[in-house]
Amino acid sequence: MEHDVDLGRRQLLTLATAATGAIGVVFAAAPFIASWEPSARAKALGAPVEIDITKLEPGAMLKIEWRGKPVWVLRRTPEMIASLKTDSALLLDPESQASTQPEYAKNTDRARNPEYFVALGVCTHLGCAPMPKFTAGDVTIQSNWPGGFYCPCHGSKFDLAGRVFKGVPAPANLVIPPYAFISATRLVVGADSAKPA
Amino acid sequence: MATQSEGVSNSGLMGWINARFPVSQLMREHLTEYFAAKNFNFWYFFGSIAIFVLVLQIVTGLYLTMSYKPSAAEAFGSVEYIMRDVDWGWLIRYLHSTGASAFFIVVYLHMFRALLYGSYRSPRELLWLVGMVIFVCLMAEAFFGYLLPWGNMSYWGAQVIVNLFSTVPFVGDTLVEWIRGDYFISDVTLNRFFALHVALLPLVLVLVVAVHVLALHEVGSLNPDGIEIKKQKKDASGKPLDGVAFHPYYTVKDIFGLGVFLTLFCGVVFFAPTLGGMFLEEPNFEPANPMLTPPHIKPVWYFTPFYAMLRAVPSFAGTQVWGVIVMAAAIVLLFFLPWLDRSPVKSIRYKGWLTRFMLAMFVVSFIMLAVCGMKPPQGIYPLLARIFTATYFAFFLLMPWYSRIDRTKPVPDRVTYHAH
Repeated sequence: MEHDVDLGRRQLLTLATAATGAIGVVFAAAPFIASWEPSARAKALGAPVEIDITKLEPGAMLKIEWRGKPVWVLRRTPEMIASLKTDSALLLDPESQASTQPEYAKNTDRARNPEYFVALGVCTHLGCAPMPKFTAGDVTIQSNWPGGFYCPCHGSKFDLAGRVFKGVPAPANLVIPPYAFISATRLVVGADSAKPA
Repeated sequence: MATQSEGVSNSGLMGWINARFPVSQLMREHLTEYFAAKNFNFWYFFGSIAIFVLVLQIVTGLYLTMSYKPSAAEAFGSVEYIMRDVDWGWLIRYLHSTGASAFFIVVYLHMFRALLYGSYRSPRELLWLVGMVIFVCLMAEAFFGYLLPWGNMSYWGAQVIVNLFSTVPFVGDTLVEWIRGDYFISDVTLNRFFALHVALLPLVLVLVVAVHVLALHEVGSLNPDGIEIKKQKKDASGKPLDGVAFHPYYTVKDIFGLGVFLTLFCGVVFFAPTLGGMFLEEPNFEPANPMLTPPHIKPVWYFTPFYAMLRAVPSFAGTQVWGVIVMAAAIVLLFFLPWLDRSPVKSIRYKGWLTRFMLAMFVVSFIMLAVCGMKPPQGIYPLLARIFTATYFAFFLLMPWYSRIDRTKPVPDRVTYHAH
């Protein structure tokens, strides 16, 4: 028993079924894709870290680990802070237009409080840890060295606010992580405010 | 429906592909011009559903492997990590555990269809044998997988089953030590079971399932009336009179069947994933403890029929090996089914009351053996287990006799089909 096929009806039914199926596939796939997000454990391990800076002397730097990366806290001396205003000619991006930092670190000092410099100790070229070279005038690096950081891997140079020099392989200033002062002697790194999230 | 004209599959992009890989030809041979009888019923859903469950287990299993740690020290904790800390980990885990039980429900129903309609009869004997190989691989896969959570039932269940091999004469103890890789079920055993469960057996299963489908397509599907449609007259376009193209008729029908299955499946996953201790067993919510055996060791429900047979056979001449032999024979006997069935007809629809009775007795035996296997060996259960082991074996061992003497009805030329 043959009858004419209603192609329009057939197309509509096929389209409706396919659309419903496609929606189902998206909903079914979503948990699998979401399962790749950092787990609760990863988030807990990557939680903000508190640092006690009571014992940090002027001119000294401490290093802690946060999310697997080194975080530096450098207590800058007044001379170090002064050098930041005069070394712009050496720098690629003195205003930090093209680098990563929170709003409160988008200034010459690249910090909330000029006395304390907080940065990720990761060279923006290929990820090595730059070495501290705080002595101004250190001719082993260059003749007009203002003090800063020198990366041994490929020779990138950064000033005492982590701003990258011109003519080196690194393309950007050192990354400043979110941080805040809980009190005059305690910092939290990894959060913008001292209040728990 | 008109078949594709030659021009469509040989020009443009498809033409380029077809000149290098026979896509259109495969689509025709296995989908649009693979003709199956139009009277498929409920029992014919389970093959395609089984393929779906296999894919589900592979995908969910893959995602579990991303967070699971296969060491005795970390395994149990990693499952808790997946359940609590990984986004949607609880869902992926429940899909996998429910999927394992669903796989056996589906496969048992799929095999039962073969018993009903004689799907194992000539020319489908090899198809049946390949299916039996899949079944054995599936049992091994489930066994290896069950150790991985490293719960207390995982540990002791593996202990009991691996110890079965010690009953093999002469080489038993050496064999068991070789399987374990250690003097007890240890981190070494866990790691190698992980490799077998995740890498080897899934690959083997996929390949054997492919062989199974190819073997089916070579001889064509049977149907509830046991009529060989390929022997029927062909209609004007060359298809058997009672045949319909697999695609679109059975692809669409199977999607519907999958929808019903998924509704029930998701009901369990979201509302009763442990199913009262049947799908996820209570002792397994504690880590493996070699010093403390659970009060009642039993395998997961899908192995309990065979476990009941194992326990039903007493020790004799100082060895337990007879129970092991009987349990193995229960499965080996299934391989011989195509040659045990001497009936002149294939489908139960045209067989007599004796065969129907024996098949019903087989179903009751299998279910009762499952019940016995779940209970401690006390009270009337040991006796019941022996009775139903005997009736299980009678179904097979007496088949050459009752299948031949039973009255049969004449098989029609055309299938029984009522248009909806």
